[in-house]
Amino acid sequence: MTFLNEFNQWTPERVQQLIDAAGPAQVEQALANEHLRLMDLAALLSPAAEGYLEQLAQRAHRLTQQRFGKTIQLYAPLYLSNLCCNSCLYCGFNADNQMERRTLSLDEVEAEARILHERGFRHIQLLTGEAPGAVENAYLAAAVQKIRPFFSSISIEVYPMDECGYAQMVAAGVDNLTVYQETYERSLYDELHPYGPKRDFDWRLNAAERGGSAGLRSIGIGALLGLSDWRKEGFYVGLHARYLAKHFWRSRINISFPRLRPADGGFKPLAPVSDAALVQLICVMRLLMPDSALVLSTRESASLRDHLLPLGITQISAGSSTSPGGYGQQAESSQQFAIDDDRDAEEICSMLRAQGYDPVFKDWDRAFLDNSNR
Amino acid sequence: MDKLTIAGRSFASRLMVGTGKFASNELMAAALNASGSDIVTVALRRVDIDKPDDDLLAHIDRDRFLLLPNTSGARDAEEAVRLARLARAAGCEPWVKLEVTPDPYYLLPDPIETLKAAEILVKDGFTVLPYINADPVLAKHLQEVGTATVMPLGAPIGTNKGVRTRDSIAIIIEQAIVPVVVDAGLGAPSHAAEAMEMGADAVLVNTALAVTPDPARMAAAFAKGVEAGREAYLAGLGAIKDQAEASSPLTGFLRD
Ligand code: SF4
Repeated sequence: MTFLNEFNQWTPERVQQLIDAAGPAQVEQALANEHLRLMDLAALLSPAAEGYLEQLAQRAHRLTQQRFGKTIQLYAPLYLSNLCCNSCLYCGFNADNQMERRTLSLDEVEAEARILHERGFRHIQLLTGEAPGAVENAYLAAAVQKIRPFFSSISIEVYPMDECGYAQMVAAGVDNLTVYQETYERSLYDELHPYGPKRDFDWRLNAAERGGSAGLRSIGIGALLGLSDWRKEGFYVGLHARYLAKHFWRSRINISFPRLRPADGGFKPLAPVSDAALVQLICVMRLLMPDSALVLSTRESASLRDHLLPLGITQISAGSSTSPGGYGQQAESSQQFAIDDDRDAEEICSMLRAQGYDPVFKDWDRAFLDNSNR
Repeated sequence: MDKLTIAGRSFASRLMVGTGKFASNELMAAALNASGSDIVTVALRRVDIDKPDDDLLAHIDRDRFLLLPNTSGARDAEEAVRLARLARAAGCEPWVKLEVTPDPYYLLPDPIETLKAAEILVKDGFTVLPYINADPVLAKHLQEVGTATVMPLGAPIGTNKGVRTRDSIAIIIEQAIVPVVVDAGLGAPSHAAEAMEMGADAVLVNTALAVTPDPARMAAAFAKGVEAGREAYLAGLGAIKDQAEASSPLTGFLRD
């Protein structure tokens, strides 16, 4: 059974009913259970759980320290291309937006990689828009090979590939895949993606498990917060994470919490997510998946990020640029979204140390994948 | 209703019963009936499958119970596979409780040989229910080769000690994509209830029934224990209050 089969059994109405049915008794029950059942997940995401936010946070905090200690892993995104043939209404790279489009040459990729390496980063995430023909597997594999000497861990957040494509990425040196479903609500997904290959909801939904089958060591998922009701999205993300963890048990599952940010095109969140809601969501995901990496990007403000750290977050980006070539340039243009926390890596490290955390730049070694030295 | 499904086949009872060690076949038959069970395991080494009037088999109503041959006595994969194939050749359904127990003292399962045998038998078309130590990673490997359940032990066979491997069984249950049957070591109905409360899909008992003076009565008691545990699991057990540690509020910033 693929995740799609399981997902299709959970219609939005059914999920809504489960969430609506939860009262204080269900929330207390869920808070007491060591392993969350699906009904516990729904209860903790429900409005009834809002009165238990501090308890939820305390439990998430204890669990995180128990499993991860006081460490936070740092990574940096590297945008390779802003070419895109899709029309995602919420995205600055939307094909309808007029902007300077560019794809970094392999030399430019290397130049950016060097800058990030000098800043101390060893975990890097490569991002592209979706432009089949212009930016494809062969280019990505070449870029990965080019920057391998600079990084111990290379992650991709690009268009969904078939299993062969993912295997090709693993062979090139990629160990982590991130693919957000954006929204798990089919009808809304259709509206938000008027044209382009990304319209294929099912193909995207099953990308994570194709990556798992291809042997990627960690798989990141998430919903873009602000598109649909965060409680339901949280339920689906949890369902998906649990499925992946059970079926691809050799891979770590990462969960991200991207909240919609202003972008070219001026899209306004359809279902805004408050700070309190974000806190609830992060804590619930920690309780559901005690050993998953929970990731927070620079979309959030510096002060909010500092406060969210103890609640379950284990990975953050720092000093990010969201436009191709952004690290080497002074003025950034044509970014995918506006970042909020603009502290550089050094500032983030001092903040982490001040909070009693150890910033970790390297937590993986390419030797696990390299077979050149055998 | 809340049925147990194994390899696409449903069973009303979540109690499986073993047939060894009973003082007589009559007492065994009475226990099987009182247990309400649908699945009965039989040690292949003890029956003469070719003889329909074999004493042991004659006491098991094969229309009512799924006869689950087990390979107890097998010391390695090869012996287990041979036994399973013999049973099938003699007309048994291709279901097998896989036991590979080279150690004659505690009868602890050999994880490596069990995995090997499971792989061969699954490819051979068997529905395989492997008896294992409560090892979560082994359970995953077995699921991956296609076993229909995993059957972790609660304690060594015949010890009546209960769910001593509780923490590991909890992990197996949390991560399983096939039914988890707690097998071996359960000595009292409360042990069976405990396993079911934890979320096990079924339990298997033998010694606890076989060595009591009134096996039928004990079988009925186990049936109730299993049912009570299952109901409690479905209802959700009451919260054990977890006093929050005195620490500064983590969500205070939301009100600033
Ligand atoms: S979200 Fe991705 S696919 Fe959609 S427009 Fe932006 S870059 Fe293109």
